Amino acid sequence: MIIRRIGGWPTWEWKSPVGELERMRREMDRLSEALTGPLYREPLAGVFPLMNVTEDDDDYYVRAELPGIKADELSISITGTSLTVAGERTIPAENEKARYHRREREAGKFSRVISLPSQVDTSKVDARCVDGVLTVVLPKAEEAKPKQIAVKTS
Amino acid sequence: MAENELKELKAREKAELSAPAEQTRPGPAFIPAVDIFETDQEITVLADMPGVKAKDLAIDLRENTLTLSGDVESPEGEKEEEVLREYRTGNYYRQFTLSEGIDQSKIEAALKDGVLRLRLPKVEAAAPRTIPVKTG
Repeated sequence: MIIRRIGGWPTWEWKSPVGELERMRREMDRLSEALTGPLYREPLAGVFPLMNVTEDDDDYYVRAELPGIKADELSISITGTSLTVAGERTIPAENEKARYHRREREAGKFSRVISLPSQVDTSKVDARCVDGVLTVVLPKAEEAKPKQIAVKTS
Repeated sequence: MAENELKELKAREKAELSAPAEQTRPGPAFIPAVDIFETDQEITVLADMPGVKAKDLAIDLRENTLTLSGDVESPEGEKEEEVLREYRTGNYYRQFTLSEGIDQSKIEAALKDGVLRLRLPKVEAAAPRTIPVKTG
């Protein structure tokens, strides 16, 4: 006997309870989002360093937390709308006799590319690292800036 | 660990403090990642606290409890609008219990590139004494 189901997925598959929980969690997120506005979103890229990007009329601001990384250990480059931040975090060895209670800080290298929403003036990009926070200021290209358009009355 | 074989750093979300013991400002509070090690003379604490300025960092040692707290001001200007947000900023807070006596007067703290280095010298142990037993 052939049973055809119309619409939906076959139900004979074993439903994973974890998947079901995940679905409920998303549902809850949607509900609370409707009440309180957008929630903090999970990092999309999953690549170190995590970045925040903001903009105003003239510039884009790209920020990343890079504690303990000196300016000369960073290499930042821009091609078109792609900004690359690469570098290395080293944690110098301590006294040989030191006995560790906790070791949570990590050393390693990293390289990340981020795409900007529009063209920037690549010759005027400014980057600085203060208190372990990197800020890259990228002035928008003239054609990408918002323009006021006067409405004429005839 | 060989220096020339550095591994790739992984992106991690900052650990959020679930029940802040005390908070002076609203918003999320985070637990800074730390290294703690000791030698016979001192205990050293290294803590990653990006965005904290020296004036906004408080270190408190009371009884045997060491408290680190750092306030972070939002680095974003008022006119800036969000395009992508992958990490949140907020204050840092973490407490430790120290098992040994610390010489309060010799504590040294330095904050550089968002990393706190705290030196906690131990109280000098009393020199061992042998007690002569008199007879008669």
